[in-house]
Amino acid sequence: MYTAADLRKGLKIAIDNEPYIITAFDFAKPGKGQALYRTKLKNMITGSTLDRTYRSGETFEPANLDDRKMQYLYKEDDHYCFMDNDTFEQIHISESAMGDAKNYLIDNLAVDVLIFRDKAIGVDVPNFVNLRVVQTDPWVKGDTSGSDSKPATLETGYVLRVPPFIEEGELITIDTRTGDYNTRVKG
Amino acid sequence: MGGNWPLSRRRAALAERGAVVNRIRAFFQEKGYLEVETPFRIPAPAPESQIDAIPSAGWFLQTSPELCMKRMLSAGYRRIFQICRCWRDGERGVRHLSEFTMLEWYRAEADYFSLMEETEALVAAAASSSHISYRGLNIDLAPPWERITVADAFLLYAGCSVWQALSAGLFDELMVEQIEPRLGLTRPTFIYDYPASCSALARLKKGDPTVAERFELYIGGLEIANAFSELIDPAEQRSRFEAEAAARASLGKTAYPAPEKFLAALADMPESAGIALGLDRLVMVLLDAETIDEVVAFTTEEL
Repeated sequence: MYTAADLRKGLKIAIDNEPYIITAFDFAKPGKGQALYRTKLKNMITGSTLDRTYRSGETFEPANLDDRKMQYLYKEDDHYCFMDNDTFEQIHISESAMGDAKNYLIDNLAVDVLIFRDKAIGVDVPNFVNLRVVQTDPWVKGDTSGSDSKPATLETGYVLRVPPFIEEGELITIDTRTGDYNTRVKG
Repeated sequence: MGGNWPLSRRRAALAERGAVVNRIRAFFQEKGYLEVETPFRIPAPAPESQIDAIPSAGWFLQTSPELCMKRMLSAGYRRIFQICRCWRDGERGVRHLSEFTMLEWYRAEADYFSLMEETEALVAAAASSSHISYRGLNIDLAPPWERITVADAFLLYAGCSVWQALSAGLFDELMVEQIEPRLGLTRPTFIYDYPASCSALARLKKGDPTVAERFELYIGGLEIANAFSELIDPAEQRSRFEAEAAARASLGKTAYPAPEKFLAALADMPESAGIALGLDRLVMVLLDAETIDEVVAFTTEEL
């Protein structure tokens, strides 16, 4: 069971026995007033969204999902294909159900495919993934005055801010919970 | 190279923050304020129903320096300010850190309206320009700023009276969802005269005891400061604290000892006004930062 203080982006909770994922989260506390937890929720089956504001003390059941270890194979049209390495069974998940996870999919990545009532409805990727930078502007050495970050495009097409010293071709680690740069991979 | 990028990338923001703090200190020195330091670890925080202190070896980390600073007013200090750390349990978000920096100042023989004018001057002094750009808004700092009562703000933005909102138990939700996003968009806004029940340490308004002489400052929808004409009646303050303590108990929250030395000192306190301004929040607005994380050296999670 979760309390309101556990709510954060990416958490999956049950509402009326259906699984929802928090797609946006904001902690608010008007002067001298009570803590409020504002969420945007996406129904993981239908894709419909709703806004809900919760108070301290409210409790939530985790979304009742099974997960299956699978491996990412490829994307075809607007579907992503995954395979169970033991049974070789393959399943397809639509792009709309992938959420942010699609930013991190490289060939053979091990993921947890989320199952609700025998249907695959989403994917959990590892908290940290290593991805290669395919485009970013060069760093002008000695430039200590200017910006402290720059945009970079990764091999999945995902664009994020990285430190100025990161160069094209480098491998970097991304924290998939926030979508932010974490560190560069040495060697 | 690149060991701690989150820390090193804040260098420009922290330099700006330092300059803002220097300008704030210069402002108060010029106005004849004494900078004071009161203990962070205290035996008895003010028992407010929605503010939770962090325990510390039998005492508590302060949620605000308010009670110690008011005792100094009672002892004859007439103009004092402090920049200090405060702690509030469970508060974390893009605009909240559980440990944050507060600027508080107190002035004898002043009321909340005179503090509004002083706040206009302080923020103008802290900013290095007459306009600020924040979240795509162009905000004019030239005084006077907008002043709107809580009652008018509910009628204008929430479509109901503040008393309807209170009786429906929706005051906080409507404030956060309907009112705050509309405050301080072209110039800063003072929203004032809060319901008496929302103001545990503020004086009730002369001529209208349903509201307290309390205001909040908003810039670009962000709450920056809370202020009031101080309640200086010890008996009234004690009964307000008892009501807040009862509310804490009904919510299952930690009980605090009654701040007896503060209550005793109130008898000697002159008519005064005081204000608590979130320094990190002010820096956020001045630097156009999206999150409080961008304007502090370390967040809790980075320790």
